[in-house]
Amino acid sequence: MSEKKIMLEARNVDVFYGEFQAIKNIDMKINEKSVTAFIGPSGCGKSTFLRVLNRMNDYVEGFALRGEIEIDGEKIYRKSVKVEELRKKVGMVFQKPNPFPKSIYENVAFGLKIQGITDKAFIEERVINSLKQVALWDEVKDQLKKSALALSGGQQQRLCIARTLAVEPSVILMDEPTSALDPISTSKIEELLQDLKKKYTIVIVTHNMQQAARVSDDTAFFYMGELIEFDKTDKIFTNPSMEKTESYITGRFG
Amino acid sequence: MTQLETTLKALKSSTVEMITMAKIQLQKSKEAFLNKDQDLADEIFISEKHLNNFELRIDRDCENIFALHNPVASDLRLVIAILKVISDIERIGDHAEGIASYIMEMDKKFEKDLFEQLRFTKMYDIALQMLEMLEDAFDREDLGLARKIFKLDKSLNEIKLAAPDVITAYLRNDSEATKQALFLFSTIRKLERVGDLCKNIAEQLIFYAEAKVVKHRSEK
Repeated sequence: MSEKKIMLEARNVDVFYGEFQAIKNIDMKINEKSVTAFIGPSGCGKSTFLRVLNRMNDYVEGFALRGEIEIDGEKIYRKSVKVEELRKKVGMVFQKPNPFPKSIYENVAFGLKIQGITDKAFIEERVINSLKQVALWDEVKDQLKKSALALSGGQQQRLCIARTLAVEPSVILMDEPTSALDPISTSKIEELLQDLKKKYTIVIVTHNMQQAARVSDDTAFFYMGELIEFDKTDKIFTNPSMEKTESYITGRFG
Repeated sequence: MTQLETTLKALKSSTVEMITMAKIQLQKSKEAFLNKDQDLADEIFISEKHLNNFELRIDRDCENIFALHNPVASDLRLVIAILKVISDIERIGDHAEGIASYIMEMDKKFEKDLFEQLRFTKMYDIALQMLEMLEDAFDREDLGLARKIFKLDKSLNEIKLAAPDVITAYLRNDSEATKQALFLFSTIRKLERVGDLCKNIAEQLIFYAEAKVVKHRSEK
């Protein structure tokens, strides 16, 4: 792997839901300003692992985590860590666009406002910048007061990404962010990822292997809670080291 | 079996079939050369067109696989390998056709003694053996067999290197035979090139299949 700074590191991570062990002894280092794709069949643990990276599973019944996860030098499961603070640093974009039933402007400004920021000029600047970063500004600049729900699916998803960017996180987690979108919207999001990775560390869960191949620098293949292989994306898709990875990406699994 | 697996299996069979076609072309050129059989040489020109069309067909199949199946890992390597291999096989066919065109212009048969001194028949047999080994190696993904082809290529190079001295001595005794001798030496060069192409094909097979073998080892 390259000489980039490590933004995210997992050490001996086990995750349990009651008796069931969803994640088995995972070690992983993710470079800053890169895109990492998590791939694997349904139930392999990739989404669980993504969600533990900003403590989304804390309130799931029976959830328990063993091991350590460090993001930007901070151990995120320490008692002293405030989850709200962690989520400022680690944003999340979900499978289905989930804008709030508010105006476009309010959606993007939301995170800043709940942080207690009242400086209107500051908020406006962040809103504009965020919308520009997701290439939505030109499409919505004249209708910022319009309901976000009136936007198309693809626009809504870019708005959700803008909402995440507004609080300036270091890491953005994306859980199948394009699975509900048409090919054009998908391609816009993929294009966006290439821009965003200049500033942010991105981790994306995807079932679309061509997408993982197109957008990511590194790819992690999960199977039955284990991290089977984690390597440069071009290596994974041309000459993976493990037979299980080969079987999965060539569609011969099971 | 997935749809891609079925398609790749058919693609591999077509490639083996193309190797067989090239082998038959070379076999015919051998018989036609040794016996100065111009009718047989004529057949080579006709079959050469089939071989060229076959290459185009496989080429199109590969293009479709890329476009429709997005192959990755060993599937991707197989399609890349086959794309390169078919162009080499087609060139083997071209060499057989080139030899056939010499045969059409030859005005007399060579003496057996000269063939023996040059190890000309042996050279042909080795080239044909290489093609036969490629058929099996490709069919069974037998890397051991593919590697044996490298050794045979060296034998062909060695025979070619020795040829100028033998031909020069022959011309000293029969200075009228210059044109014939040129045909003979050109054919020897073509057979040596066939050896190089067979070696390339074997390398492509190894490129495709070796990663799989290494991988299997690493997971044990």
